Amino acid sequence: MTAIWTIAEYGLREALRRKVFVVVCFLTIAFLGLYWLGARYAFHHVAGVVPPEGVDARTFAGAFLFGMAMFGTLFLGVVLAIFLTLGTVRGDAERALLQPLVVRPIGRSALLVARFLGAAAVCVPYVLILYFAAMLLTGLEGSWWPDRIVTPGLELAGGVLIVAALSLLGSVFLSSIANGIAIFMLFGSGLVAGLLGNIGHVLNSPGLTHAAKIAAWAIPFEALYQDALRAITEKTSGLTGFLLRLGPFGGAEQGGAALRLWAVAYIVLVGAIAVAGFARRDL
Amino acid sequence: MSAALAVSGLVKRYGAVEALGGVDLEVGDSELVGLLGPNGAGKSTLVKIACGLVRATTGHAEVCGARAGSREARAALGYLAELFRFPGWMTADELLELHQRLAGSRGGERERGELLELVGLREARRRPVEAMSKGMQQRLGIAQALVGSPRLLLLDEPTSALDPVGRRTVRKLLEELQRRGVSVLLNSHLLSEIELVCDRVVILLGGRVVSAGTPAELARPRGVEIETDAGKRMYPEAGREDIPRLIAELVRDGKNVYGARLLTSTLEDVYVEAVGGEGS
Repeated sequence: MTAIWTIAEYGLREALRRKVFVVVCFLTIAFLGLYWLGARYAFHHVAGVVPPEGVDARTFAGAFLFGMAMFGTLFLGVVLAIFLTLGTVRGDAERALLQPLVVRPIGRSALLVARFLGAAAVCVPYVLILYFAAMLLTGLEGSWWPDRIVTPGLELAGGVLIVAALSLLGSVFLSSIANGIAIFMLFGSGLVAGLLGNIGHVLNSPGLTHAAKIAAWAIPFEALYQDALRAITEKTSGLTGFLLRLGPFGGAEQGGAALRLWAVAYIVLVGAIAVAGFARRDL
Repeated sequence: MSAALAVSGLVKRYGAVEALGGVDLEVGDSELVGLLGPNGAGKSTLVKIACGLVRATTGHAEVCGARAGSREARAALGYLAELFRFPGWMTADELLELHQRLAGSRGGERERGELLELVGLREARRRPVEAMSKGMQQRLGIAQALVGSPRLLLLDEPTSALDPVGRRTVRKLLEELQRRGVSVLLNSHLLSEIELVCDRVVILLGGRVVSAGTPAELARPRGVEIETDAGKRMYPEAGREDIPRLIAELVRDGKNVYGARLLTSTLEDVYVEAVGGEGS
């Protein structure tokens, strides 16, 4: 346990000293500033709009804007998770940074768990802070608040943890650059699956919707994101609700408790494969 | 007490390439063994198997009685890789503290101070690694390997980036470690250094041990050289017991004899012979 804490702390200190947090903070402030400006103009504009019958303009604007902010939050969290983990095994081994640590009497599995916990200790608070900051800006500017406050944020953080786990797994087999590209492409694939589901929903195509659902569960960060989108408007019904289900960057889709259990199992499974792969790897 | 390192029938294959082809080797207590061989001979692979970075295809390797790569084995050894890097943002003191925590050492600040003193880096304890010269980093690497007072030290080319003064420091350090009872397996290309400090030398070629023994055992007689007023005379077939007779003959012939020297092969000669000539 001491070794896990030591390695996790080492990862955090590295992120601090390498000024990762400074860059992240700067970009986050820029993102929130732009989001606040967008929300301000949008709600100001909505006040003068006469919406089609059955559509609540303020709810639609609030949920749509916040849905976009959630995508931004997920994206930034994923970027952070990938950059913190993409070179954990093969990348660090190629740079000869890993060997002095691995010969110490700590298990290889402990090293991977520690690096995952270190990444989680950075990414989860970051995602939650960004999520609540965006929510606060939306609420203050447009007097609109999501139907569920905490669950969607936790689901976004869970999605980012899944990406961190996948990136750790990739780092066992791929070089840093190859792993980074692979995980970003996987993330992009998840988004495409969400958009296809969206299109399938509009076209009323069961095949397309089913394929998108399978893809979302195969890479459950997408399913968690869709469930989070659904949760922010779960009490919204009628035409407004229907339009919001289409959502920005992927449709809202209910996942429920089964999805959350699957997400936890998925992380454990990915972690187990990474540990098994790392144990067999010559360094 | 079990040997610090015991290796028997060790084989390592990378696909079709055989890096080690059945190596037997032992490093006893307080023994300093030099590992020699051309590039690709399998020296680094052997060291990496001993410290658990690489898995052997077949054969056995034990460190202080524990299976190589096990937690107990890793707790008993210190390792400096041929190619290594430490995080540039860490100071020397922070790096040693990290390794103390991972090794479970309770030496604290006193141990860190002693180790930095030992490698001549006491003044640089607060300096980040990225601000150190390659030689300083190499000495820091040796200090890192000594964290937790290991019983066996595996050093893979520890002096490759050092200047002559740095090499001398490391030589003295190795002698000091030997006095303290630490066993060392030293992998180096610097034959003169191995000859100076090692109790025993093992020469690897193509993944197999081709020669082993103490430097004295490996050195072969190469004749006698006698200096007279007519210059130096070589007697390639002569041995130590022939010297009085040779001198007597020269004096009888009216020569003035100024000195006689028994010639033996250097480790370099032995090495070149073992690995198959100058081209190896």
